[in-house]
Amino acid sequence: MALARIQVPTGVKPGDVVEIRVVIQHPMETGYRREQGQRVKRNAIHSMACKYNGAEVFRATLSTGVAANPYIRFFMRAKESGDLDFWWLDDDDVEGRAKARLVVA
Amino acid sequence: MKWIGILALVPVLAMAQRSGLDYSSEEVRRLQASDFENPGMLWVDQGEKLFKQHCAACHASMKGVAARYPRVEGGKAVTLEQKIRHQRPMAWESDELLALTTYVAHQSRGMAMHRPAESSVQKGREEYFRRRGQMNLACAHCHDRHAGDKLGAETLSQGQPNGYPSYRLEWQKLGSLQRRLRACMFGLHAEVPAFGDELLNELELYLAWRAQGLPIEAPSVRR
Repeated sequence: MALARIQVPTGVKPGDVVEIRVVIQHPMETGYRREQGQRVKRNAIHSMACKYNGAEVFRATLSTGVAANPYIRFFMRAKESGDLDFWWLDDDDVEGRAKARLVVA
Repeated sequence: MKWIGILALVPVLAMAQRSGLDYSSEEVRRLQASDFENPGMLWVDQGEKLFKQHCAACHASMKGVAARYPRVEGGKAVTLEQKIRHQRPMAWESDELLALTTYVAHQSRGMAMHRPAESSVQKGREEYFRRRGQMNLACAHCHDRHAGDKLGAETLSQGQPNGYPSYRLEWQKLGSLQRRLRACMFGLHAEVPAFGDELLNELELYLAWRAQGLPIEAPSVRR
């Protein structure tokens, strides 16, 4: 079950620089761990991106050096109210998506 | 010599109950304190969805329930996980069971753990003080006598149960108290009981008695 928690600030005015925080539930398997003697296959999120009203505002490349359930935050300038669409892809080619609404008044 | 031995016992008897949080580093404490950064909250969210799906038909608020577990039912120690499995036998340590347990436990956050009757914890107490494994150590050797001391690079805690289910950085995921107990037994090179084993249940019950009403922290963050 792909699950993410997203935090978007409230009381934002046009032109404000806002901090966006996201935690994605993912094991980020390194491929080096063993369970009952068997190697656990590598499976980490390698790409993630965030679109703001359809335009990409953030993109990150992750690797096995990142801890499980990655916590990512970034800053962007708020122009108008809109949807933040998060997307990520892991080594098993499983896509994850999450959405949050940024209200600018 | 004799009275030196007696003096050494005094700190044990006078031991104030301290949560594992007190022994944690600044970074770990900060992680637990923030409901957003605490990765255990992912399981709380997941548990909320599952609860609405599977449990909400019969159950309303679960506030305070986790504070009453583990407890004695029908002469046996029953843990919160066991109770939550009462309708659907979800696999031990599955994300599903962990999520539901954490969701329920989270609603009792800050509440004092109840204290089972002293007469009911005798079995668990015996296990707590029983030497086991090739290391030939009992729980008490580290967690009563040496709490706060170093074991290698780690600080030994009192082994309090109030933070569980807990997100352990070592596991890189959330885990139950029984997983933690099993990890200790593995470390002692002792036979590791299965999840839901009576021994582990009785130990949990004793730990609840021993916690003397420490507040529930679930989901806590530990190293």
